Amino acid sequence: MNQTTVTYREAIKAGLAEALRSDDRVFIMGEDVGRYGGTYAVTMGFLEEFGEARIRDTPLSESGFVGAGIGAAMGGMRPIVEVMTVNFCLLALDQIVNTAATMRHMSGGNFSVPLVIRMATGAGRQLAAQHSHSLEGWLAHIPGIKILTPATVTDGYGMLGAALADPDPVLIFEHVMLYNHKERYDSPEDWQRPVDIEKAAIRREGGDVSLITYGGCLWKALDAAEQLSQEGIQAEVIDLRVLRPLDTRTILDSVVKTNRAVIVEEAWRSGSLSAEIGMQIAERAFYDLDAPIQRVCGAEVPIPYPKHLEDAAVPQVPQILAAVREVMGRHV
Amino acid sequence: MFEVTMPSLGADMEEGTLIDWLVEVGDSVEKGEAIAEVDTQKSALEIEAWSAGIVRKLLVEPGETVAVGTPIALFSAEDEAAEELPAEQPASTATATASVQADEPPAPEPTVSQTADADAAPTIQTQSQPTGKPGRARVSPAARKLAGERGIDLTGLKGSGPGGAITLADVEQAGEPRASDTPSEMRQAIAATMSRANRDIPHYYLGTQISLQHATIWLESTNATLPMAQRIVMPTLLIKAVALALEKFPEMNGFYVDDGFRQGSGIHVGVAVSLRTGGLVAPAIHDANRLSLERLNQALTDLVARSRGGGLKRAEFADPTITITNLGDQGVDTVFGVIYPPQVALVSFGNIAVRPLVQDGELRALPCVYAGLSADHRVTDGRRGAMFLNKIKSLLQKPEKLARIP
Amino acid sequence: MIATTIPFDREKSLALYENMLLIRFFEEKAAELYTRQKIRGFLHLYIGEEAVATGIVAALEPRDGVVATYREHGHALVKGISAASIMAEMYGKQEGCSGGRGGSMHLFSAEKRFFGGHAIVGGHLPVAVGLGLAERMRGGNAVTACFFGEGAIAEGEFHESMNLAALWQVPVLFCCENNRYAMGTALERSESQTDLCAKAASYNVNVMRVDGMDVAAVYQASVEAVGYVRGQGKPMFLELNTYRFRPHSMFDPELYRDKAEVEGWKKHDPIASFGERLREQGYLDDREDRILRDKIAAEIAEAVDFAERGSWEPLERLTTNVYTEVGS
Repeated sequence: MNQTTVTYREAIKAGLAEALRSDDRVFIMGEDVGRYGGTYAVTMGFLEEFGEARIRDTPLSESGFVGAGIGAAMGGMRPIVEVMTVNFCLLALDQIVNTAATMRHMSGGNFSVPLVIRMATGAGRQLAAQHSHSLEGWLAHIPGIKILTPATVTDGYGMLGAALADPDPVLIFEHVMLYNHKERYDSPEDWQRPVDIEKAAIRREGGDVSLITYGGCLWKALDAAEQLSQEGIQAEVIDLRVLRPLDTRTILDSVVKTNRAVIVEEAWRSGSLSAEIGMQIAERAFYDLDAPIQRVCGAEVPIPYPKHLEDAAVPQVPQILAAVREVMGRHV
Repeated sequence: MFEVTMPSLGADMEEGTLIDWLVEVGDSVEKGEAIAEVDTQKSALEIEAWSAGIVRKLLVEPGETVAVGTPIALFSAEDEAAEELPAEQPASTATATASVQADEPPAPEPTVSQTADADAAPTIQTQSQPTGKPGRARVSPAARKLAGERGIDLTGLKGSGPGGAITLADVEQAGEPRASDTPSEMRQAIAATMSRANRDIPHYYLGTQISLQHATIWLESTNATLPMAQRIVMPTLLIKAVALALEKFPEMNGFYVDDGFRQGSGIHVGVAVSLRTGGLVAPAIHDANRLSLERLNQALTDLVARSRGGGLKRAEFADPTITITNLGDQGVDTVFGVIYPPQVALVSFGNIAVRPLVQDGELRALPCVYAGLSADHRVTDGRRGAMFLNKIKSLLQKPEKLARIP
Repeated sequence: MIATTIPFDREKSLALYENMLLIRFFEEKAAELYTRQKIRGFLHLYIGEEAVATGIVAALEPRDGVVATYREHGHALVKGISAASIMAEMYGKQEGCSGGRGGSMHLFSAEKRFFGGHAIVGGHLPVAVGLGLAERMRGGNAVTACFFGEGAIAEGEFHESMNLAALWQVPVLFCCENNRYAMGTALERSESQTDLCAKAASYNVNVMRVDGMDVAAVYQASVEAVGYVRGQGKPMFLELNTYRFRPHSMFDPELYRDKAEVEGWKKHDPIASFGERLREQGYLDDREDRILRDKIAAEIAEAVDFAERGSWEPLERLTTNVYTEVGS
C-alpha cells in the first residue's frame, strides 16, 4: 500500500475540523484564527467552512477572551481558545489560574469548566525572548487544570478530542518546531484515532537507561537513543504526553527496570518539571537507582535571537548522549 | 445575663487591648452602639453591642490585653431582672484561653515528611556530584541494597559506575561463585552469614509429622508409566507443596530489609545442596509454584548436579525467596535450620520412614516425614507458621493436585 | 431626598422591602458571628447597598444568571439561595452552597444560576461575557447580570470585557456598584475620568445612572435595562450610586473617610427610607413591620442553627473537586 505523509500541523487541523463537525457546541476563538488563518496556519480555511460565529477572531485581549471561554464553557458551550504563544498566556494567567483552575473546587462542584486552550510553545524559530519560552511545566504546577503536550501526529489529532470530552480545563501545548514534523502512514485511520490523556507512552523500549521527555525534545531523545543503541546502550524513551496529572507509574516502572534516569526538557532547569520528576524518582525509586539522576534542560537565560545561541540554550542530541554516557559510567 | 467578648475583627487578630470603655455599669445600650474602643495590631477599632441591654459588669480594665474570645463585660437584657452576678469571672486576664469552639473541625494528623536538608547550594550548570564523606564508599542505592540482601561486603569492590561508584553489575559479579572459591573461603562466608542470621533474626521453630501414604501410592502409579530418567522423586513433591502453600502465605516468601518485610516478586525456592568438597549452596528454582512436576523434577536434578559440578548461573544463585533443606538422605528425623538472611523462612524435611500413626482412630504404620519450619518472628508469628505448615500437610494429602499445571 | 410615590403595587413593594431586610439581618448576624469566630477569613458586608442587588435581581427571571463579587451575600440571598445554605457556607460546613469550600467570598449555585462569588477584582467580568456569548450562540435570551464595584473599572479586564461584549453583542447587564471607595481609595484618587458612564459609553454600550439608595428607582431602571438586554440581545451598563455603611471588611479602621460622611449617608438608609414611603403610601403599618422583622429574624436564627448543626467535611475528601470525579 502507498504510504502518505502527514504533518503534525495537518493532524491538529484534522482534529479541530473533526471536533467542529461533530459537535455544535464546539467553537474556536483567538487572535487571527479566522481571516488570517492562524499564526501557524492551523485554522486555515476554517472560516469558510464553519463561519464567523464558530471561528471567532478576537481582539488582543487575552484575559478577556480566555475568561469569555471560561464563561462560555460554564454556559454550555465547548470552546477551544487559541492563545498564539505561551508567552501571551501570561496576560490571561488570572483567568487560567484564579478562575478556570479554581472554579470546580471553590464552587463545591457546582460548576466545572470544560474549556480547551491551545497554544504554541518552545524555541527554534528565532523568535527571541518573548515568543520562545516553554512555560508548560510552570503551569503544570497548578491543580485544577490538565496539561497536554502532544509530540506525535496521533496525539496532535487525538488529544484534542479527548480534551474536549474532559469536563475540566485542559491546556494543550504545541511545540513550534513540531508543526512541520512528518510521519508516514498507510491510511488516515492509522493516525486519526482516539487517544487517552492519562498515560505516558514508551516510544522506544530499552533496559539500560530511561530517557524521560516530552514535546519538542521527544524526537531529539529518540535520535539520541538510536545512536546509543549502536554503542550497545539500550535507552527506553518515555514521552510524558500529559504533564498534569503526571503519570508517575510509567516513569517509576521504567526506572525500576533500567536503574538509571535522564530527564530532558526544554524549560529552564531550576524549579522545573524535570526537578519534580527527578524528585519523584528520588522519593519513590531511590533504592533502584544505580547512578545519579541526570537532567538535560534549557540554559538559564531568556531565549536569544541568534541561531547558534538559541540552539545552545535548549537541549540538543549531543548533550543527551553525554548525559546518558555519564550515567552509564562510559567516559569518552 | 450575657457576656460580651473580645471580638475577632480580622483573620489575623489574636488579641486586643482595651483602650477605654465607652459605657458605664448601669448604662442602657442600643444594638449597634459602640461600647468600647480596642487597640488591635492595625489600629483602634470600636466594639459594638450585638444586642440591646444594660451593662452589668465590666470585666477588663483599660490598658489590659486579652485574647480574642475572652469575656470583657456582662450585660443583661432590658427586661431581665438584675439577677445576681455570677461569681468572679476568671476571664479578665490575658491568660484566659480564648474561644475554644465546641466543634472544632478535624485537624490533620501530622504527616512525616523527612526532607533531608541536603546541600543547599544550587548546582545550576554543573552536573558534577559532591565528593561525599571521606571513607564512605561511593555505591549506588540499588547496589547497596542488593549487597545488603546478599550479605556481600562492599569494601574492596572496584566500582565501574559514574565517578567510580559501585553499581548493580559490580555487586552481582562479586556475588557470583568463583572457581577460585576454596572450601575454607566458603566456610568463612557461611560462618559470616549464619552468625548474622543468628544474631539478627528472632527465629521461632515449629514441627509436624506428615503422612506421605497418598503421595507414595500416587508416585508409584505415576512413575510406573515413565521412563527411568523422568521418574518423579519425593523431594519434587515436597518442593511443589511448599511452593503452592507459599501462594497462600506470601508473608513467608520474601525478604526482611530496611526494617520491614518485602514480598518476593515470585516464588523462588532455594534448595540447600551440600557440596562434596564441604560447604553448602542454596540455588533457586525460579517460579517453582508455576512449574509442572516434570519440569520441577528436571530442574531439581539439574540443579543438584550443577551445584556439585560448579555450573550454577548467577541469577539462580542470587535470589531465592525461601529455602528448603532436606536432610532425609542423611538419616535424621527432624531438622530445624537457620534462616538464610534476608529471607524470612526455612522449611526443612527429615527422612521418610514408616512410622506408627493414628489415622481415623486406628493405629497404622504409614510412610511419614517430619516437616520443620524456622521463621522470622519479626514478620510472622507462630499461628501463621502453624497454618502454613498445615497447608503443606494438606497439599501432600492430594498429590494429584500438585501435578496440576496452573 | 424627596420621597416620591412608589410606582408599583403593595405586593411588589413589600417583596422588595422584605428582601432588603433579609440581607440586612443576615449580614448583621454574620458580623456578630465573625466577632465570635464562627465565621473566619474575610467578611465583606453589603450593609447600606441592599437596594442595588434587591432592585436588580427582582427584575431578573430565575433562568437569568448572576455573576458577583466577594461582597455577594445579598445577591445570593435575593437570587434564591437559602439563608441556611449561605450561612453554612460561611461556617465552612459541607452543607453550605459551595460545600464549605468557598466561604463568604465564593458562594455558588448551579440550580439558582448563581455563578459566584469572585474575589479577584474584575476577574469575573470576562466570565460574564462568556456566559452571554454562550447564550447568544445557543439562541437563548437569558440575561447575565454582572455586579462589580467601581474599583474594577481600573482593571484592564473591565475594558477588555466591555469591548468584547459590545463587539459580540452579548446579553450581559453590567451593574457597577459605585460605593465610592475601592477598599480605602476614593474614586477621585484612582480614576482620571470619574464619569463611569462615559467610560462604558465609549465602548458603544448603552448606559444608565441610577440612585442606588432607592430600591424603587433601581427596580424600575432594571426592568427597563433587563428588557433592553433581553430584547435587543445587547449589553448595557448601569451605574448605581450607593454607599457602604460598614468598613470594607471587618478589620478596617476606616482611616480614609470621615465619620460625618458615613453618618450623612446613613440618613439615606435604603431600608429606613423605603419603609417610610411604604407607610406613607399605606402599604405597611408598625404592626406589620414588626411581624415581618420577626419573621426574618426567625429565618436568620434558623439559618444559624442549620449552620451550627452542619458537619465538617471529612479530611479524606481534602483533594476532591479539584477535577471532576468520574461518575459525578
